[in-house]
Amino acid sequence: MNFLRLFARFVRGSVFLVLRGNSAYWAWIAVLLALIASGGIAYARQVTEGLGITAMRDQVSWGFYIGNFTFLVGVAAAAVVLVIPAYVYEWKPIREIVIYGELLAVSAIIMCLLFVLVDIGRPDRFWHLLPPAGHLNFPYSILAWDVLVLNIYFVINFVVVTHILYRAFSGQHYNPRIVVPMVLLSIPMAVGIHTVTAFLFNGLAARPYWNSSILAPQFLASAFCSGPAILLIVVQLLRRFSRFEIQDAAISKIAELMAYAMFLNLFLHGAEAFKEFYSNTEHVLYTRYWFLGLGDHRTLVPYAWTAVGLNVLAFVLFIVPGARRNWISLNIGCVATYAGCYIDKGMGLIIPGLTPDALGEIYVYYPTMTELRVAAGIFALGFLLFTLMLKVAVPITLGEFHGGTAGQPGGASQHA
Amino acid sequence: MKPAILLGAAMLACAAAVAAVEQRPGPQPSAPQTSSPQTPASQASAPAAEERLEVPPPPFTDGIFPCSACHKDLKVNRARRELVEMHTEIELKHDAEHRWCLDCHDANDRDHLHLASGELVSFDESYRLCGQCHGEKLRDWRAGVHGRRTGDWNGHKRYLLCANCHNPHQPRFKAIEPKPAPQRPARPGK
Amino acid sequence: MATNDGSPVPARTRPVTRRQFATCAAAAAAGFVLTACGPKRLYEMPRARLTQAIRDMEARYAAQYGTTVSVSDAPPIAGVEFAYALDISRCIGCRRCVYACVDENNQSRDSQVHWIRVFSMEKGKGVDFTEADPYYAPAEVPEEGHFYVPVACQQCKNAPCTKVCPTGATWTEPDGIVVIDYDWCIGCRYCMAACPYGARHFNWSEPTIPKAALNTNTHYLGNRPRPKGVVEKCTFCIQRTRNGRYPACVEVCPVGARKFGNLLDPASEIRYIIEHKRVMVLKEDLNTLPKFFYFYAT
Repeated sequence: MNFLRLFARFVRGSVFLVLRGNSAYWAWIAVLLALIASGGIAYARQVTEGLGITAMRDQVSWGFYIGNFTFLVGVAAAAVVLVIPAYVYEWKPIREIVIYGELLAVSAIIMCLLFVLVDIGRPDRFWHLLPPAGHLNFPYSILAWDVLVLNIYFVINFVVVTHILYRAFSGQHYNPRIVVPMVLLSIPMAVGIHTVTAFLFNGLAARPYWNSSILAPQFLASAFCSGPAILLIVVQLLRRFSRFEIQDAAISKIAELMAYAMFLNLFLHGAEAFKEFYSNTEHVLYTRYWFLGLGDHRTLVPYAWTAVGLNVLAFVLFIVPGARRNWISLNIGCVATYAGCYIDKGMGLIIPGLTPDALGEIYVYYPTMTELRVAAGIFALGFLLFTLMLKVAVPITLGEFHGGTAGQPGGASQHA
Repeated sequence: MKPAILLGAAMLACAAAVAAVEQRPGPQPSAPQTSSPQTPASQASAPAAEERLEVPPPPFTDGIFPCSACHKDLKVNRARRELVEMHTEIELKHDAEHRWCLDCHDANDRDHLHLASGELVSFDESYRLCGQCHGEKLRDWRAGVHGRRTGDWNGHKRYLLCANCHNPHQPRFKAIEPKPAPQRPARPGK
Repeated sequence: MATNDGSPVPARTRPVTRRQFATCAAAAAAGFVLTACGPKRLYEMPRARLTQAIRDMEARYAAQYGTTVSVSDAPPIAGVEFAYALDISRCIGCRRCVYACVDENNQSRDSQVHWIRVFSMEKGKGVDFTEADPYYAPAEVPEEGHFYVPVACQQCKNAPCTKVCPTGATWTEPDGIVVIDYDWCIGCRYCMAACPYGARHFNWSEPTIPKAALNTNTHYLGNRPRPKGVVEKCTFCIQRTRNGRYPACVEVCPVGARKFGNLLDPASEIRYIIEHKRVMVLKEDLNTLPKFFYFYAT
């Protein structure tokens, strides 16, 4: 009974918190809702007319949606880079933001699942994947593995976050006997979701660009760059717009970790590029399409070099201690990392993997307005979820919103 | 030597083969499932060398056969020469340097061909004549590997005579117009 | 579906007793549970249910196309494993096979689906797809200095496409034909990414087949009409070959370049080719073990 009363208070308080905010907050929400509506309309048209209104064709049968899916799996996995020092080594400065990392992971996985859903031709048959009504081709299909690990990872993060927040709300310390094993499990799971997603592509001998054993490590390296990049920007915003405190040392530490991850990312990319260009087999075509173009087909080349430039810039800004302590260069580094990894994974992985196609044909793929709108809608939905969760979670962790004063949280925590 | 019944059967086979040539989705007009599917060894795929294969009649020009209808009153002229009165449409492009009409057509029995040995063969057995030079093709053809097959893969296969596809006087295939190229993949609205 | 099991109650005039109602409800529930829990994939459907499913398909297509459509459930023939051989030295690239296949297998006409793709290659360069052109359109074929390589599903023994399917909607039949359950496919296109031969095609929009052009002689794993949003591919004309006939492309080929038969029959055309001719398969290094052989008869 006590639990129910507490829960009712939590819901009422949450609604109250979510509905309070300044004009910047409401503007942000309005933008997100507009993007969601636009995406919803575009998706409705895609459902009625078929995927033909995207630019995907038999030649390039996966595109922007799967690229975003892959990138967001990396974002979701990156929470672990913070979890390890926070819980395993009890390094306090980072622990405060781990909870936000996990909220980010939860939002990112929801976005991942939505990107898969909008990519499939028969969303009405999604349940075919879900036993016992459906059939999951486990363990043969790596996509079946991906469905499993993504959902497990989602549940773990959801449970940990909910537990910690609930305990904090009811004025208790979290139960280490629940949290620590879950957190420990989430570490291999985070590596797992990204490895499995890499294997999804890696296992296809038909696509030499993906069929390289460097793919999974390279996925992890880039995930450990792009995930924290988002998180660093988020915590800075939180610090600006709420009473949330975070030590500079924590931010600097994360930036330093990102520098190592980015070095690995660049190194692995370089190793792959060397192997392709120096050995110069027929498999070099795909790497060539990305970096140099094939004949007149050079659409992706500017993106490829932009990504390289952004990643190198981010590495320099994070590895130089003075630069990562400077807020301007730190944020430039974060944006550069995010953009660089996004181009790399969203376009640089999927499109050259399928161009030229299995029989040598070059079809120049780039997303249509429908795809951009649907993707923007999904990102907006993810950000909306993340915003609303933060709106509730931040006051809880700050002790402003708890069971005792439910419905009247002290001080409106406002953040964009 | 060639009873009318055999000719009739050959005509029927021809009709069936012509039907098979047409692109049609409907069922085969006559496809008797004689061989049991459970016994994969099929009787028609590797006939013994001496076995007479069921073939459509040779593709004669209308009214030209029997040749003896005209030739029985003509004196045999074995001299190698350019034909000016009849058969002027025939341009020999089949090793013409070494070959001439009477190397294949029999001078004494105009309704038959003859092999190098002098043995007479009927026009619906002409593959034996072709096979004298093109032995590998004849073997492949008997095995079902050279030439078009229609009908049943495990039963009644329909053969064609060499001359049904290759003009014996100009055996090389003529170029034909291809069917339309596939549409290129296009972005929506293009 | 569930109500069908519970509806044989003729007594509409009499008031329904509680007992009758309970019996009906129980029957309906049992029916629902059986229908809901039983296998829904054609792959594992028991014979009786398959027969029903096929009747449903026939009714659906009859309503959609306004004509009688027969959906065969001809099973694989024991002792038969199909294989195909194509004579590269004969093919003239006329694309008769492409369009015979479209007609026979009910491929979409407007948003065009072609199961067979013919590539024009230069004789000096050999079989090299990076230099190949599927869009050649000269006045006449064959073109000087060119040869042609038609490609469709290679019916791999070690098929990468069936392995990756997350829902088990595609599999290899005992006679070696790789088939798709169009009612179970979710359209994720993972199989298309996995196929090294570009053999799988997606219905990017609602397929269009003129009613008059519909081939009403279909097979439940083959050429029955497909919906939008699912993948399709060559099935060696399963509706013909399981009845002993040659595939449509074999019969239409004007130069006799296409050969078909039973790999397990030592007297078959296929075995003759493998034993007597120079044979190759595409992308042999991928170990897909295609049952589609290319050969040079001369």
